[in-house]
Amino acid sequence: MYALDIKSLKKTYKGGVEALKGIDLKVKEGDFFALLGPNGAGKSTTIGILSALVNKTSGQVKVFDYDIDQQLEAAKSQIGLVPQEFNFNQFETVQQIVVNQAGYYGVERKEAIKRSETYLKQTDLWHKRNSPARELSGGMKRRLMIARAMMHQPKLLILDEPTAGVDIEIRRSMWQFLKAINESGVTIILTTHYLEEAESLCRNIAIIDKGRIIENTSMKKLLGKLSVETFILDLDKDYQALDLSQCESQLLDAHTLQIALNKGCHLNQVFAELTEQGVGVLSMRNKANRLEELFVRLVEEGREEQG
Amino acid sequence: MQAGYRIALKSILYKECNRFLRIWVQTLVPPAITMTLYFVVFGSLIGRRVGEVHGFDYVEFMMPGLIMLSVINNAYSNVSSSFFSAKFQRNIEELLIAPVPTFVIVAGYVLGGVIRAVLVGVIVTVVALFFVDIQIHNLFVILSVLLLTATLFALAGLINAVYAKTFDDISIIPTFVLSPLTYLGGVFFSVSMLPGFWQQVSQLNPVIYMVNAFRYGFLGISDVNLTFAFSALVSLTLVLFVIAVRLIDRGTGIRS
Repeated sequence: MYALDIKSLKKTYKGGVEALKGIDLKVKEGDFFALLGPNGAGKSTTIGILSALVNKTSGQVKVFDYDIDQQLEAAKSQIGLVPQEFNFNQFETVQQIVVNQAGYYGVERKEAIKRSETYLKQTDLWHKRNSPARELSGGMKRRLMIARAMMHQPKLLILDEPTAGVDIEIRRSMWQFLKAINESGVTIILTTHYLEEAESLCRNIAIIDKGRIIENTSMKKLLGKLSVETFILDLDKDYQALDLSQCESQLLDAHTLQIALNKGCHLNQVFAELTEQGVGVLSMRNKANRLEELFVRLVEEGREEQG
Repeated sequence: MQAGYRIALKSILYKECNRFLRIWVQTLVPPAITMTLYFVVFGSLIGRRVGEVHGFDYVEFMMPGLIMLSVINNAYSNVSSSFFSAKFQRNIEELLIAPVPTFVIVAGYVLGGVIRAVLVGVIVTVVALFFVDIQIHNLFVILSVLLLTATLFALAGLINAVYAKTFDDISIIPTFVLSPLTYLGGVFFSVSMLPGFWQQVSQLNPVIYMVNAFRYGFLGISDVNLTFAFSALVSLTLVLFVIAVRLIDRGTGIRS
């Protein structure tokens, strides 16, 4: 069974903007799935349709086999949504927000209060349970939306840029939390602008651009398509010129070397050649995230194909 | 009703009551102060010079209308401001993504408005006790008119909020429609005091029926036919309920 099965999904807004041009997408139960795309690609429209916040123009959407046209309430029960924008009442307390949300899903108040302790502790918000939401920091508000989405224990958790504007430390702790949720059997669909996030969390990925899916594969396969990887090397002293036969290289300044390593070419060979020339390397880093390089390439290729 | 729906309804009600109780200084105190002023100025000071209306002191005659005035304003404004705020802050999405049927959403917001209106009605009645000896002619009529009127105007407030795009939009109708209807709705005068033509025109004002039916419950007097008043109240309430459910079902003002 698929957690999500989308067929020929189209959405045209009132002004005539075609946000989705007939997308097909399947997400397996238990998956940690990334939906990536540039701004305005159709990610939020897709999520809006899944969560009944946007009316679709045509196509079929099934959530754990529940068709949203025929069994909308059953489909909604399966989904927990963490939207991009804060959408809770800023004047209500943290605990009121999560307990009321559970009530909308039919969870008895007594049970909801018990669950609120579990999820607010997991998101490190328990000490803020009696504070109005407006007093929380940006990171806390994001975590509140995750806790709220978990209150009815959904089988599919959809997160629309959950770590936007969150500092690195909190982002990493949220990753740990999301991994643990996924390991407990919850299917997760994630959209993010932090491609490092998608690479480290997700097993499968779809890239959407201008309302079309331009890539849908496993993260492993996608990264396997990476033919060239660019590294930046910090050198031990200043050099006027360097020439490497194993790869393309360029001195960015006297002590910074950029190398573009083709698939199949080993870093050992590059280091051996540098050692032969008496060049010492102090440190090395990727010029860009690997997924980022692929993402940019795929989006550009997709646009060229569409003319 | 399914257990899940009942719990959802209770949750909306809890949220709604919590909202107006949290801001009780804005929601519960002003009607008490305003009505005290009405009783002092129109009842005790001016009322003495007006004399009797239909055999009752002016302050006695006016009292049911003043309660109804508070009930109408509070039922309407509670739902219009609460639903519009939920749209504005986008927390209406909490309900839209949940498996809550539209009629439960409508019922939750409307009942929230009715509870506030009844609470304000009780507060104003307590204030009235300082100025007038309250008599009760028919308790069933009082309670049923109170609940029906509160429901009707709570629904009207909800429909206003569905269409509203700015905070101005939820104050335009109360200022330019609701206030004239209530002040000309027989709260301060009997329809029989109006010239012939205006008596006919006033029959078009739905508030006349509510105020008079409510007044009948206390004093046993009415300018309108009670059966017609009840029929109109029930019919209008049903029509507005259907309109509200359809609007939210279609996603008017809340879904793209």
